[in-house]
Amino acid sequence: MIPLIEREVCETHHYIKKEELVDIVAISESTPGPIAINSATFIGYRTAGMAGAFSATAGVVLPSFLTIFVISWFLTQFESFRAVRYAFYGIRVSVVVLIFNALCMIWKQSPRGTMPYILMAAAFIAVTFLNVSAILVIAAGLVIGIASVMAGRNIKKAGETK
Amino acid sequence: MIFISLFLTFFKIGAFTFGGGYAMIALIQQETLSNGWMSMEDLINFVAVSESTPGPLAVNMATFVGSRIGGFPGAVCATLGVVLPSFLIILIIARLFHTYAHNKYVEGAMNGIKSVVIGLIASALFSIFITVFFSSTPSQEQNTVPSSLIFAGALLAADLFLTRKKLHPITVILISAGLGIAAGYAGLL
Repeated sequence: MIPLIEREVCETHHYIKKEELVDIVAISESTPGPIAINSATFIGYRTAGMAGAFSATAGVVLPSFLTIFVISWFLTQFESFRAVRYAFYGIRVSVVVLIFNALCMIWKQSPRGTMPYILMAAAFIAVTFLNVSAILVIAAGLVIGIASVMAGRNIKKAGETK
Repeated sequence: MIFISLFLTFFKIGAFTFGGGYAMIALIQQETLSNGWMSMEDLINFVAVSESTPGPLAVNMATFVGSRIGGFPGAVCATLGVVLPSFLIILIIARLFHTYAHNKYVEGAMNGIKSVVIGLIASALFSIFITVFFSSTPSQEQNTVPSSLIFAGALLAADLFLTRKKLHPITVILISAGLGIAAGYAGLL
């Protein structure tokens, strides 16, 4: 969706410059929450302050909200139908494939090295088998990431070589 | 009070979702299953529906879970909850920092988070895999591992073949829904 943001925000409406957008996307990626919402809030704030941030965020959330709400209502009406149950059985199988795909994609952009691999394995084991809170695991990743910078052992980014 | 707890749960999820919506599946799974809000099958259905509609996965999932549990007010509470942390954090950053993204500690923190997120997604994949392949089918109580595995094999082959052509998730979902209906009426499920 970033090309779409660029076209609408930089070219059609000239809210911000293209160079600014690069920074905004970088910040949106390194703060919690969906990138679409983060960048909408940021661009809205830069363009028109608090009111701008609020309108842009509401604007980006509302279509999803309404679409999903309507779908959810329909599903509640029809979920007891035999065909719908069969369809969802098939769909659940496809979700495995979709998440597998997502994992492969994210893996390509993930940090490389001994330390990241240990973190990945530890996170997997902690959440899957030891029932550790996922929030705690993310917080631990954050702390270890900062600590490794302080210790001068910066985790290499994907694609970088020693 | 269900609405307050929906809001707080999704606020927590919103505050800790980094790097796209997939990492949040593990979070949602823990929070909603521990609250007894839904079954694992429901959760997997939600992922499919959220994937096949436009908009960020996190917002879609929040709206869906919220509306299922608390109707329209529930959807509003869950969606507000998931959006608010992003909104507040970005406002603070937009006001205070301009060099945030290039700070080496932020980069270090992100590298740590990106690593554990891989583990979280793998964990979600693992538990979804177990649920899908070792739970009952719509008409029988016993599991039908062989038929689901054939199913998955067919899908994976189609998917691997079609990712090169950038197949949209919704296409994969629709194909599998069709396969599910066909297999169901053929008496295979």
